[in-house]
Amino acid sequence: MKILVIEDDREAARYLEKAFAEAGHSADIAGDGETGYTLAEQGTYDALVVDRMLPRRDGLSVVAALRAQGNDTPALILSALGQVDDRVTGLRAGGDDYLTKPYAFSELLARIEVLQRRSSPKEAETVYRVGDLELDRLSHTAKRAGQVIILQPREFRLLEYLMRHSGQVVTRTMLLEHVWDYHFDPQTNVIDVHVSRLRGKIEKGFETPLLHTVRGAGYMLKAAAGTNA
Amino acid sequence: MSRFRAMMKMTAVRLSALYLILFTICALVLVFYITSSSVRLLTTQTETAINEEIESIGQVYQRGGIVGLVRTIDRRGRQPGAYLYLVTDPAGRIVAGNVQSIEVGVLQTEGWIERPITYERYNEGSDPQVHTAIARVIVMPNGIRVMVGRDLGEPEQVRLVVRRALMAALGIMGVGAFLIWFFVGRRALQRIDEVSVASQRIMGGDLAGRLPVSGSGDEFDRLSENLNGMLARIQELNEGVRHVSDNIAHDLKTPLTRMHNRAESALSSAKTTKAYRAAMEGMISDSDQLIRTFNAILMISRLESGYSTETMEPIALSTIVEDVFELYEPSAEEAGVKLTLGPIDETPVKANRELIGQTISNLVDNAIKYASVSDNPVEVTLSVDKHDDKVKVTVADNGPGIPADQVARATERFVRLEESRSQPGSGLGLSLAKAVMKLHGGTLELTDNAPGLRAVLVFPVGEENA
Repeated sequence: MKILVIEDDREAARYLEKAFAEAGHSADIAGDGETGYTLAEQGTYDALVVDRMLPRRDGLSVVAALRAQGNDTPALILSALGQVDDRVTGLRAGGDDYLTKPYAFSELLARIEVLQRRSSPKEAETVYRVGDLELDRLSHTAKRAGQVIILQPREFRLLEYLMRHSGQVVTRTMLLEHVWDYHFDPQTNVIDVHVSRLRGKIEKGFETPLLHTVRGAGYMLKAAAGTNA
Repeated sequence: MSRFRAMMKMTAVRLSALYLILFTICALVLVFYITSSSVRLLTTQTETAINEEIESIGQVYQRGGIVGLVRTIDRRGRQPGAYLYLVTDPAGRIVAGNVQSIEVGVLQTEGWIERPITYERYNEGSDPQVHTAIARVIVMPNGIRVMVGRDLGEPEQVRLVVRRALMAALGIMGVGAFLIWFFVGRRALQRIDEVSVASQRIMGGDLAGRLPVSGSGDEFDRLSENLNGMLARIQELNEGVRHVSDNIAHDLKTPLTRMHNRAESALSSAKTTKAYRAAMEGMISDSDQLIRTFNAILMISRLESGYSTETMEPIALSTIVEDVFELYEPSAEEAGVKLTLGPIDETPVKANRELIGQTISNLVDNAIKYASVSDNPVEVTLSVDKHDDKVKVTVADNGPGIPADQVARATERFVRLEESRSQPGSGLGLSLAKAVMKLHGGTLELTDNAPGLRAVLVFPVGEENA
């Protein structure tokens, strides 16, 4: 995955470059808004990480200009401003996601990977499959190995989100955002308890675990190696 | 001179001087008017008297001829009185009268002599005095001149009396101005000086100092009282800031120190990758706590400095409460807390879903966290109800609650009441809730749930939703 990082803080940019490389991605760095825009315009990147406050041209205007050109490379906006209205303006400018500084790299990575996948057409699928787990979005049913699993509406949405991003790490904040539609920081283990309940329902009585905890990052729904993911 | 300048800078002195000048001008105008009109009146009277005298002398002349005239004038001139008489022959020699000498040229004029003339009386012996008078001269056909006049002693007297009165009045006014300055101006000045001195002391660092209040309830007292109120408010804010910085120092130092210690001990004693890993993870969780605290601080100051109300829209609080209930229900159960949903009212109010969601979550989080340290089976109830024009969201628990005397302090920033210092958290939850409610035009009420705490978010119902 090829990522463009538009960030004027050299230290932070170098750290991101290195961390993305370790995660198996390649990242280019642009130190100001104008350079970033010129690079992004070429459309060769899979995702953009754009700092909101940049010299020469601010991040929101870079994203807005790209969108105006019909360039829809997924963009994640980074900002020191984290309030609700900042997020709203960020997303309104054409950003696909918004992350407040300081952030954990695992969170950024998870979000970027999900964004990149978002541009692939999984949205259109009506049935998600992970291993022997199956979720039908139209009939609102879930089955494992043909056996119906009874889920509460929220559990269904949780599973749906996890399955849509199967093979990818999803963080607790991402779950709170997409399943509950709240953007604050879940302070305690509220999300973990929901996930572990869901895990109980989809794994109890089955040999292979599907829902994995990724330490220090979040969760990943993944079929055991060998089966189709 | 500089002393005089300094004096003139004082408001009271300037006011007194101004009054003095004004009074003087008024008095002068008045005196001038009175003297001139009374003198004019007296002059007219004198002229009338002279005319009458001339008429009577004329009659004498008609009856007794020149001899009778001279005799009569001689006789009348000897009587005490203010009249002057003089008769001269055509050559200008004095024939009869009570005037010894007179200004040169007076007798050459005929008719009224308009200006006061000076003369010496005949019978004043060897020490003649100069008097002033007005007179009328008549020339007879045979060349004899008769002058009848009247001394101006009386009008002069009037003028003198009025002048004295004026001086006395001016003197009294001067004393009055001084008294005004002394009793009113000087007192006012003294009070202003006291206020200046007190303010300088306060500026000098005595923040607990206050301006003097005399207790008379006058303007100065009112001013001082208001300024004192302002000072109290400033002091309160100042103490708040100091308190907050102390607490920031404590709350940020604690995780920083812990991180430092973890790193140090990992460096010195960790042998295995696993141990290193544990240290690193601990440090990350400490730094997460720091970030959380920072975010909460930023958010509160952002809310307090005026947040965009653009993000608010009519929403039924019940939906948010149900969301939070649903979100927290499993973790409450895990913590052994019974989370229940009470009566739910669905009146919409204008609110920011995110902020209210976060606020209610914080309250529920707090309730579960603090209630679970008590020994009784814990129950936390969420409810929404409507009273008149207010919608109330209540989070009630049966935990240890907050002692009544500490309720007010609980919503201050960073205040974690001593019993709870050991619990994790930034100590900003309740102050965040307070700031959010203020933004929504509502309030946060903390009351005793006997036992436990009852946190109530009170929302006003907008007119469009009523």
